[in-house]
Amino acid sequence: MAATVSNPQRLLALYRTMARIRAFENAAEEASKGGVAAFGAALGTQALVRGPLHLSTGQEAVPAGVCANLDRTDLITSTHRGHGHTIAKGADATAMMCELFGRATGFNGGKGGSMHIADFSVGMLGANGVVAAGIPIAAGAAHAIKLRGAREIVACFFGDGAVNRGPFLEGLNWAQIYHLPVLFVCEDNRYSATTPTEAMTGGEGAAARAHAVGVHGRVVDGNDVEAVDAAAAALIEEVRAGRGPRFLHAVTYRVKGHVSVDPAAYRNPDEVSRAVEEDPLRNAAEKLAALGVGALELERVRAEAEREIAAAVAAAHAAPWPQTASAYGEIQDTGAGRWY
Amino acid sequence: MGRLTYAQAACTALAEAMRADPRVVALGEDVGRGGIFAQYRGLAQEFGPQRVIDTPISEATIMGAAVGMALNGLKPVVEMRVVDFALCSMDEVVNQAAKARYMFGGQGRVPLVARMPNGLWSASAAQHSQSLEAWFAHMPGLVVVTPATPADNYALLHAAIESGDPVIYMEHKELWGSEGEVPVGRRVALGTAELRRTGGDATLVTWSRTVHTALEAAEAAAKRGLAIEVVDLRTIWPWDRDAVLASAAKTGRLLVAHEAVQAGGFGAEVAATVAEELGVPVKRIGAPRIPVGYSKPLEDEARITADRILAALVALCDRPGPGRSAARR
Repeated sequence: MAATVSNPQRLLALYRTMARIRAFENAAEEASKGGVAAFGAALGTQALVRGPLHLSTGQEAVPAGVCANLDRTDLITSTHRGHGHTIAKGADATAMMCELFGRATGFNGGKGGSMHIADFSVGMLGANGVVAAGIPIAAGAAHAIKLRGAREIVACFFGDGAVNRGPFLEGLNWAQIYHLPVLFVCEDNRYSATTPTEAMTGGEGAAARAHAVGVHGRVVDGNDVEAVDAAAAALIEEVRAGRGPRFLHAVTYRVKGHVSVDPAAYRNPDEVSRAVEEDPLRNAAEKLAALGVGALELERVRAEAEREIAAAVAAAHAAPWPQTASAYGEIQDTGAGRWY
Repeated sequence: MGRLTYAQAACTALAEAMRADPRVVALGEDVGRGGIFAQYRGLAQEFGPQRVIDTPISEATIMGAAVGMALNGLKPVVEMRVVDFALCSMDEVVNQAAKARYMFGGQGRVPLVARMPNGLWSASAAQHSQSLEAWFAHMPGLVVVTPATPADNYALLHAAIESGDPVIYMEHKELWGSEGEVPVGRRVALGTAELRRTGGDATLVTWSRTVHTALEAAEAAAKRGLAIEVVDLRTIWPWDRDAVLASAAKTGRLLVAHEAVQAGGFGAEVAATVAEELGVPVKRIGAPRIPVGYSKPLEDEARITADRILAALVALCDRPGPGRSAARR
């Protein structure tokens, strides 16, 4: 990687996006306490966020750095760990939190929850509960763009576990042979649920596999938001120039467990504490301080993010539940109804 | 229009739909050279490789990309070659195409037609001979279509492309060459059955190729004095409950016949509904729960023949019930 020349204003904007994601993840984690049915825990009755909650805490630099280079009309696909991508693409945090709370005013009317969060109005085509499933969908969305002769691009986020599924090979090959405008982003948090991905992955890993089907790209420190931003900017410029798909392998770390109730006791504590040292917000804050941005200014950004998310939580608390009749809506036009 | 084969009828409908709507594209293996059953013949020449898209052998991504295309404004027609190969795309069909509209709260729709030729393919053995329509009918979000004639293949493919839902479109693997009159411009609504033969002694509900076998059996039954009403469902989901119940209420007996394995087949749903609603005798005939074997004696064991349907009809009509034959005896 060439060294990037820091731009304090841009870095501060990236820091703000990361702070908003962090505040959202912390609030969602708090609201999920006592209730998520996973890892042997029973579903409690008090939890405000009932479902499995896959937190992206510590991974904020990847969505922030990539989405800073996207326009509103560009599209993204995301994963079960998709809050960061959704926020970074411009979705409203209140409608997101309402969705996590299962309320009618959520983006999906309570039908999706955390794992299927989506905001089509900002080009966020949905988080997906199936590993690697967003890759073919991103390729198809880009195919439609190409057939229309439009200039948008698609950024396709997936995790390190996805590179071991067939749609990774098929989807990258597809984007390459049709020369589609996609930036594939492997947000490598090193874990496939409870399993270290490295132990499950042969060969040289994600970027080498992409390279093997002709999709070239870069490997970047995924906890360095400036590095992610710079690499994404360069790759996206090539994608927009019509040079076909590109690949960004951003190596970060999953600070929390697989889901919020997973204590992740299978990890070496030293590994975790080393990773926390590399926290992307901390890295950015240190750089900003060196660039002369004062601690008060950073504190103001964090406080603003926390106020925004606290208001989202309050709104979600107060929001109405979906009507049960809506369980029968938005399934299909032909053959809908109860049928029993 | 006159007489067309089943393959030509579909090809004609698709060409008309592609002329009428630039959002309609076709994608799949070998479509650029007309498809392996000639069901895309001439389309690449007329519409070019941008809209008749030759793909790698990547069923999951053919289907997944079609979902992405549909979410982004296109109306893809997806070629899966045979339903047996479409099994490589089940996540994309079941978890993506069928779920996207609902789980995203109606923010997106998936108007795609997935062509998955279905049924027993002679001498082709276990991985090319399955009848899996019941699987897809079980899945909320999907429409399932099983045309039996060239006229219906023309009309129902139009209806499928126009529907706006994900449609599992199951042509029969051995009907491609069958010929029939195809009235161009005629439309058939999804979910409407067709009465293929009228009669008062028993209702025989069926679909796809078994319609033809059922009509043979009904003809043979007529020689024995049994008047069989044959109802071609045409669409498995939604199925024409009203037409079936009206016929079964009239005849007082129901037989459902299909090529698929009988256990857990869609015939069970039809028979159970008629039994629940009308309380009349019902019977099913489907394949035994065995894979389709290659050798002819093995394959024949899985085949639903007119003789077997006739035997089931005779057995059904021998049973006491409120039907006319019972009243006559």
